Amino acid sequence: MFQILSADFLAPGIKRFVIQAPRIARKQKPGQFVILRLYEQGERIPITIEQSDGQRGTINLVVQALGKTTHLLDSLQAGDKLLDVVGPLGKPSEIKQFGTVVVIGGGVGTAMAYPTAAALKSAGNRVISIVGARSKELVILEHEMREVSDALMITTDDGTYADKGFVTDKLRQLIENGTRIDLVLAIGPIPMMRAVAEMTRKEGIRTIVSLNPIMIDGTGMCGGCRVLVDGKSQFACVDGPEFDAHQIDFGVLVQRNAMYRPAEQKSMEDFQRERESLLERIHGATAAECVLPGGGR
Amino acid sequence: MTQTANKSPNPLSLKERMKVPRQAMLEQPPLLRAANFKEVNLGYSEELAKQEALRCLECAKPACVNDCPVGVKVKEFVQLIVAGDYMGAAAKIREDNVLPAITGRVCPQEDHCEGGCLMGKKVQPLGIGYLERFVADYEQRHMDLRNVKRASPSGKKVAIVGSGPSGLTAAGDLVQKGHEVRVFEALHELGGVLVYGIPEFRLPKQIIREQIDYLRAMGVQFETNVVVGKTVTISELMEEEGFDAVFIGTGAGAPQFMGIPGEHLNGVYSANEFLTRINLMHAYEFPKYDEPMVDFRGKDVAVIGGGNTALDAIRSALRLGARKAYVLYRRSEAEMPARAEEVKHAQQEGIEFHMLTAPTEFLSEGNGWLSAARCIRMGLGEPDASGRRRPVPVEGSEFDLALAVAVIAIGTSANPLIQSTTPGLETNKRNYIQADPMTQRTSRKGVFAGGDIVTGSATVILAMGAGRRAAKSINDYLTSGVW
Repeated sequence: MFQILSADFLAPGIKRFVIQAPRIARKQKPGQFVILRLYEQGERIPITIEQSDGQRGTINLVVQALGKTTHLLDSLQAGDKLLDVVGPLGKPSEIKQFGTVVVIGGGVGTAMAYPTAAALKSAGNRVISIVGARSKELVILEHEMREVSDALMITTDDGTYADKGFVTDKLRQLIENGTRIDLVLAIGPIPMMRAVAEMTRKEGIRTIVSLNPIMIDGTGMCGGCRVLVDGKSQFACVDGPEFDAHQIDFGVLVQRNAMYRPAEQKSMEDFQRERESLLERIHGATAAECVLPGGGR
Repeated sequence: MTQTANKSPNPLSLKERMKVPRQAMLEQPPLLRAANFKEVNLGYSEELAKQEALRCLECAKPACVNDCPVGVKVKEFVQLIVAGDYMGAAAKIREDNVLPAITGRVCPQEDHCEGGCLMGKKVQPLGIGYLERFVADYEQRHMDLRNVKRASPSGKKVAIVGSGPSGLTAAGDLVQKGHEVRVFEALHELGGVLVYGIPEFRLPKQIIREQIDYLRAMGVQFETNVVVGKTVTISELMEEEGFDAVFIGTGAGAPQFMGIPGEHLNGVYSANEFLTRINLMHAYEFPKYDEPMVDFRGKDVAVIGGGNTALDAIRSALRLGARKAYVLYRRSEAEMPARAEEVKHAQQEGIEFHMLTAPTEFLSEGNGWLSAARCIRMGLGEPDASGRRRPVPVEGSEFDLALAVAVIAIGTSANPLIQSTTPGLETNKRNYIQADPMTQRTSRKGVFAGGDIVTGSATVILAMGAGRRAAKSINDYLTSGVW
């Protein structure tokens, strides 16, 4: 089991966990993710690693409560344990000196864009970051992003903080101002990534996005996470999760992500009723493990 | 009295033995079992097992032993059943096979032990698989794991990559030589394909757990959630974690798709995904388990392929409430690689077999979901590289088959995770790991490999055979120090 060392809300419904996972921490590179499972009947879900500390043996995960598992996860606190965490999975982000890179983070995607932004900055790139959120309280990692960026722009959909509008408004301004952009990295909701891709396609700016399709094993074994890239099947778990945005068939991605929507809704409804008993089960498992130290699974 | 019967506990003459009919396996009735995930075969009772064991002719040169990839001493364990010493029989099997409850259930016995059985030349072969299963289940009910003996430590450490049949077998053999053995598994459950691939109705998870608990009692250590190649590399295991040898038994792993239009439609699955959802993730128990599955009730489902995986998938779909369940296979029944018993069971359950049929396109009515498969009929031409007659499309024979779900079970290819992260590890042109067929040695010192990652998709027992050979040569290497 994997102990949660700290768990703090970055925004309503968005929590940052520091998790003891020495093997993963030692190997993690920006752009990679883990798959985790919370209890015996639980599903496996992929979560991008925000950053890791190889010395301490910890990884940070930033999680937004969206479905059953992420809601449950957001109810966990320091001292709780995650049943399974496996990784680091996926190919790391390509880090080299591109020149000027625009890093775009939408919502919780900012947490996934952050480690790559930091690495790109260290590699000598000029990093212009654009962080977008629905409203003020959902803007996350502003301080961290500012530290690794030559310039940081923030937008909120409702205008409650910084500039009202979308990340693509800022990107358009940059393009219209004649800023030389060598690479765009965009991580966020699919409609955002799609809009960014359309905008940069016309300009011929190389654009990378990170995809989060439905996954099970995360090792290339099942093919459930296949996406159409340049007309060919690619597995997001091993060939990605980052792909050339201009080659992705976003329509297929949206369609496949909707495959289990009725079941997901049922899970969520059941969860609202069973939240407490599920939490007790996770706490119970944690306590049981304390009684039997070293009882490796 | 014959010469063998003199020292045998078997009171019957050879002639009398020939007259005893093969004892049928007790099984759930087809209509009942087609609606549940409980095991189809219920096992032999003690009486049935004894009766069946009496049929053994005790050949001087038993083909059953020769034809077993792990060399189970069939004649000897069967005689122990005749003598009523079931724990002795179990111990006899365990000398060569550390997973008897598993092989007793999933081995294609007709290709191995029972295939060469002399009895089968005249009447029906001895029910060796059924007897093995009886003994293994008896052992499970009567043993005490605290009495499992541990070998004295050799001071050598072996890492096993993958907890499927080859890895578990190698682990079991090596730990008995006193080596410290640690098995690394990528998934959260141990068992590899036994757990994610083979459904509950053919191999209950509890059986796998019990067999693994036995290995644990023998001293084998297990670590789940480690993807070798990602979480740690082979080089790191050897250079930093002090493993003296590594066995790679990761399985074939990567699913093959057909490369036809419409494979990205919702409702089109690889067999690996379909079975992993159902078996590993228990999607058939949704919402008790979180992992969802498409609602099959009242829908028509097809699997493409003719192997055990294909039958496992379509029989699972039937149990999930499918209205029609089809097997589409591009060759004829004679070429189907599936185990004979599975084909029989599937037919009894109402699965429709469409031989010499292959899809050419998956169709949708525009909502992103599969609605039909466009299929073409095949004829059989000249034998191909596999020795089987090559299927040839029959021009103008296309037809559309209405389907809500299609499962592609046409095989697997090599998962490149380890090959791409292990310098000096040679692969063949299909990217399977090169290993000596006798010693399972790879091109890299101290590294051995076996099972599907070397041969491509095969069977549980062939992988176990490779695990055994690897364990023997790993032990030779560790004791002699000679590569």
